[in-house]
Amino acid sequence: MERFTIFQKILLYLAIAVFMTFILLPFFEMFMASLRPLQHLFRSPYQFWSDDMSFQAYTDIWDTVPLLGRYIFNSVFLATVTTFLCMSFVIPAAYSFARFKFRGKKISLGLFLGVNMFAGAVLLIPLYKLLRSFGFLNTYAAMFVPGAAFLVPTGIWLLKAYLEKIPIELEESAWIDGASRMYILKRVVLPLAVPGLIVVAVATFIGAYAQQFLFAITFNQKREFMPLPAGIFEFIGYQSVIWNQMMAASLVGIIPVLIIFLFLQKYLVEGLTKGAVKE
Amino acid sequence: MVSENSDYNSKWQNLVRSQTFYAWLLIAPSALFLIIIVGWPLAETVRLSFTDAGLGGEKYIGWYNFEKLLNSRKYPGIVGRTFYWMFLSVSLKMILGIIGALLLNVKLKGRAAFRVLVMPPWVVPMAIGCIGWLWVYNGHFGIIAGVLMHLGILDGPFEFLAYRNSAFYSAVVTDVWVGTPMVTVFFLAAMQGVSQDLYEAAYVDGASRWYRFRRITIPQIMPVIITMSLLSAIWTFNSFEIIWILTEGGPRGATTTMIIDTYKMAIANYKFGYGATRALMVVILLAIFSLLYLIVLNKVNERFKLK
Repeated sequence: MERFTIFQKILLYLAIAVFMTFILLPFFEMFMASLRPLQHLFRSPYQFWSDDMSFQAYTDIWDTVPLLGRYIFNSVFLATVTTFLCMSFVIPAAYSFARFKFRGKKISLGLFLGVNMFAGAVLLIPLYKLLRSFGFLNTYAAMFVPGAAFLVPTGIWLLKAYLEKIPIELEESAWIDGASRMYILKRVVLPLAVPGLIVVAVATFIGAYAQQFLFAITFNQKREFMPLPAGIFEFIGYQSVIWNQMMAASLVGIIPVLIIFLFLQKYLVEGLTKGAVKE
Repeated sequence: MVSENSDYNSKWQNLVRSQTFYAWLLIAPSALFLIIIVGWPLAETVRLSFTDAGLGGEKYIGWYNFEKLLNSRKYPGIVGRTFYWMFLSVSLKMILGIIGALLLNVKLKGRAAFRVLVMPPWVVPMAIGCIGWLWVYNGHFGIIAGVLMHLGILDGPFEFLAYRNSAFYSAVVTDVWVGTPMVTVFFLAAMQGVSQDLYEAAYVDGASRWYRFRRITIPQIMPVIITMSLLSAIWTFNSFEIIWILTEGGPRGATTTMIIDTYKMAIANYKFGYGATRALMVVILLAIFSLLYLIVLNKVNERFKLK
């Protein structure tokens, strides 16, 4: 195939630079704001660089909001529990949709995907009543139970597409050798599906981690159970907002997950390419 | 075809066919879970929408809430704004997603790093990303206003979130920012799944890059584009956190979409019954939209196959 000329390469890099600027702009802005002392943050005219920048805010955040570490932990913990709960529902259902022909398959699959249409925000009041009657209000469960439910449909859709790519012959021969259905699912299908499982689990984890705000502010009042996206608003006081520390805490708070993600992202694109994404 | 084999095959096939019970057994836990967490609240929303439920109790009031809503002067504007919001935001996400995926698919040095760097807006909690954008849009100290003032394009501070139009489009930009990375990654995965032979054959035939993009890349990844646009449309329609954190639906309702409006009515004003009516409207309109989308899609597919 033809190569790119130097000129074309420069244009491509320029385009990537513009794209990346858009993607990374808020993070850069947060970092810059976190470095400015609070009293100098509100300074006109706008200064891009100033001499008084420091990392002071990064040590102050832990005193201003003593539970910050807890919030960061809660976020990761909630996303992990949500992912495991969600996957335990998704795996058998996706396998069933991928392998079996049965009455009501199309309709039930359609109904599952239809759940995507109901955002948590639409169903808040009945959900509140429901969680109250289970005694889940103001516990971790108030956040991970509805969180997992809304992630199940997409999980089934992604994993079903992946499982359909696994040749059925392997299961046939295991069946003929006398293996039970449960044994086939556990020992034949699941090991082969590991790359697909990783993709779906990572996508679910991202969903569970990125969207913890609404359920947290509505169903939980206990500070010790708050995830980071809700807890971060403690930097907004009655009198003033400690912006620089809020920015610093936001950046510190997302580091654990960014590190986890750095190791997993390779599997995500690879796994999606291998089939989960195709019809 | 060996006869023994086909014998086994037909046995297996019979078994698969008679597996309705086992299939449903595997689906049952998810189905039950969703019926409790999503199905029941939906039914309860329908019931509430016919009541005047609030903090002080509830009684049945028939279609009163619906009549009130349909006669409300503000409501058509909110519905129109929601669809405009969805259409604009989803189109931009798709366009940027394709461009982004193309750029990240080119063999260039640093490609692996770019692929990682594109993902943070998707991975990071939306609320955190929005806090960053709050500062970006700040009129005095934000980077956009700051740079524009330095360049002399703006002669004074400009609060992006304080005026009706700029607030709306700022919210669109942030929503696009949140949604683009996921779309990009899915498109990228789809592009990598396209057989390289197709491109080489076209190249040998003298097809230009643009032609190969139009005639190979786009048709090959079309199923993913279609699925992602529908999913993205539904998510954007229901997008809550971004608008809530940036503007809470303001200034003067300029960024109030149906979901924000529903939340305000039900949670902030404690009008659970009237709020439920609005929630139901969101569900009904989304269902109609999704059905229309799928019907139009089927028609297009049929025509495509006939050719």
